Amino acid sequence: MAFTTFIFYVLAVVLVFSALRVVTARNPVHAVLFLVLAFFNAGGIWLLLSAEFLAVTLVMVYVGAVMVLFLFVVMMLDIDFARLREGFWKYLPVGAFVGLLLAVEMGLVLGGKYFGLAAMPAPAPTAADFSNTREIGRVLYTEYAWPFELASLVLLVAMIAAVSLTLRKRRTDKWVRPETQVAVRHEARIELVKMAAEKEVEPEPEAAADDAAKA
Amino acid sequence: MDAFRDWLLSENVLGAAFGLVVWDLLKIIVLLVPLLVCVAYMTYAERKIIGFMQVRLGPNRTGPLGLLQPIADAFKLMFKEVVIPSGANKGLYVLGPILALGPSLAAWAVVPVADGWVVSNANAGLLFLLAITSIEVYGVIIAGWATNSKYAFLGAMRASAQMISYEVALGFALICVLMVSQSLNLTDIVMSQNTGRFHDMGLGFLSWNWLPLLPLFVVYFISGVAETNRAPFDVVEGESEIVAGHMVEYSGMAFALFFLAEYANMILVSALTSLLFLGGWLSPVGFLPDGFHWMALKTAFFLFMFLWIRATFPRFRYDQIMRLGWKVFVPITLVWVIVVAVWMMSPLSIWK
Amino acid sequence: MGARDYIGSLFLKELLQGLIVTGRHFFQRKLTIQYPEEKTPQSPRFRGLHALRRDDRGEERCIACKLCEAICPAMAITIDIGEREDGSRRTTRYDIDYTKCIYCGFCEEACPVEAIVETPIFEYHGEARGDLYYTKQMLLAVGDRYKERIDADKAADAKYR
Repeated sequence: MAFTTFIFYVLAVVLVFSALRVVTARNPVHAVLFLVLAFFNAGGIWLLLSAEFLAVTLVMVYVGAVMVLFLFVVMMLDIDFARLREGFWKYLPVGAFVGLLLAVEMGLVLGGKYFGLAAMPAPAPTAADFSNTREIGRVLYTEYAWPFELASLVLLVAMIAAVSLTLRKRRTDKWVRPETQVAVRHEARIELVKMAAEKEVEPEPEAAADDAAKA
Repeated sequence: MDAFRDWLLSENVLGAAFGLVVWDLLKIIVLLVPLLVCVAYMTYAERKIIGFMQVRLGPNRTGPLGLLQPIADAFKLMFKEVVIPSGANKGLYVLGPILALGPSLAAWAVVPVADGWVVSNANAGLLFLLAITSIEVYGVIIAGWATNSKYAFLGAMRASAQMISYEVALGFALICVLMVSQSLNLTDIVMSQNTGRFHDMGLGFLSWNWLPLLPLFVVYFISGVAETNRAPFDVVEGESEIVAGHMVEYSGMAFALFFLAEYANMILVSALTSLLFLGGWLSPVGFLPDGFHWMALKTAFFLFMFLWIRATFPRFRYDQIMRLGWKVFVPITLVWVIVVAVWMMSPLSIWK
Repeated sequence: MGARDYIGSLFLKELLQGLIVTGRHFFQRKLTIQYPEEKTPQSPRFRGLHALRRDDRGEERCIACKLCEAICPAMAITIDIGEREDGSRRTTRYDIDYTKCIYCGFCEEACPVEAIVETPIFEYHGEARGDLYYTKQMLLAVGDRYKERIDADKAADAKYR
């Protein structure tokens, strides 16, 4: 067994285990963390296939950003486990169907040689200095520039829609704009007045008369 | 060095496969041991420098000039008990500090400290760095959640929001660097700064990336400070508001691991800034030789900046941090990406 | 906010000003006092450990009037009174609990015969809680031991009283 095969099996076993735990873990935070582990191992397997760009992007985008936000949301959720399990029998047929479909597809791929899928030739071996990042970039911005731009536009629209859906001005909102706070000068806040510390007081004539009477 | 490698890999010593593993392990040890010593003495430098800026002397009792202070601290922390709170999620509670330290050390795998002195001269080094630094946040989040304390949890929330926000600006700054150097390999990025008109005149420091990419240089360093959760962006710990954030229930060695991670990250950001923008190990002038000492000097300068900034500025408010990240840094970096792209395509391009 | 402020903040003007301030302090002469070797000057009015004084004949000054016990806000002083063989009114017990004492100096102010005073001694400690419970004998011993110093301090402060 070559060393790479050994690594593949280690990664695959951990991947399958953590994927199973994602759906079986009781605590949603644990489930998300197992999903992170699954992404990591998938990235490792992609690295073995020398798709380093995809592997690193998977870790960067999914593990580094998407799953952090997932965790962020899940940590704040107050989940009622009893209600979660309520619809189990109702959804079982749909779930079973999707599972069956996946199993059939997997069988097709794994037993590819019986279904004539082997017609696809194996990719030619690449040179040692072959940079798959550069190749993806080249293809993405020449051949697939149009679909790529379209996809990014769709994402942009989705982003703006999400922001405008959640952004609402509340009447009780006490939020102040940080930039106006940052920009404030001391002249606008406080006025320094110069005045004499002591003030001459003219003695009142009645008081003077009183003093004279006492004397 | 090559002779030693060949000797190690030869059939009668260890063999090619096993020898390579041992060789890589040796490289890792040679890199990490000095790094951890630097981390330890970074704590000493921090206390000393901030002390000096506050017109104090700083630690000076343990050993000559207080030089044994980090060792004393390490001993103290090592022999303290790691208390696990009764309400904590035990497994994740222990995993937190490990996940904090792991990535900050793993990132050093692709960081060259001098020409050829690198554990793995990976092609997609910069991408690897982005990926690794983006998972650093997990240590903080997991620790904050597993502790089961509201202060730690608030720290975790702040950490996840802040670190993701500043990664965007950090990423855009890196995109500009890799645009002008046409490579994701850190050694190539440094070598691409070793050319140009000023370099030929013997004034190498003017042909480094910092000058044409000045706004990004500043944005990168400030985002780096935010990314490592150092003052003035340390709302994650915010000892005046949420006592110590995710670290509040940690003690002993578990606490020390968070500390190590923070300082290793500081050194990493400083090293990266000097590699990407200040030409790494390149000499600033033509008549002096290149070498590791320049890299060390530049990194030390940025580390000093970290401490200087901490000694100077008060902590940001949380919404101001978010505004700075999204409404100032992201637009600046985006505009500069376009400026650099147009510049590179124009006849005035200095990167041909 | 004018255009000048925008440009100033874009070039981090105020931040650089702040950095210059701390940078200048970096090179300033340090103010730290290396405590066990160096000490700050002490005022004769310093309020540290208590002492019971004796008069010129070697007789204890305290007349057991209990004013100090009455005024002590922390209730750190405990006094019992008895008659001595010669018929004079004396304390049979004069204890100060230093785990309670707040060193306010009220006892000293209240004393009509300047018997209880606070000395400038602050470097003392106890390894157990009981070590900080000072009895009459201990307080008299403090007074005997630091007599010159206490007298000098009282003389220095006398003209302001």
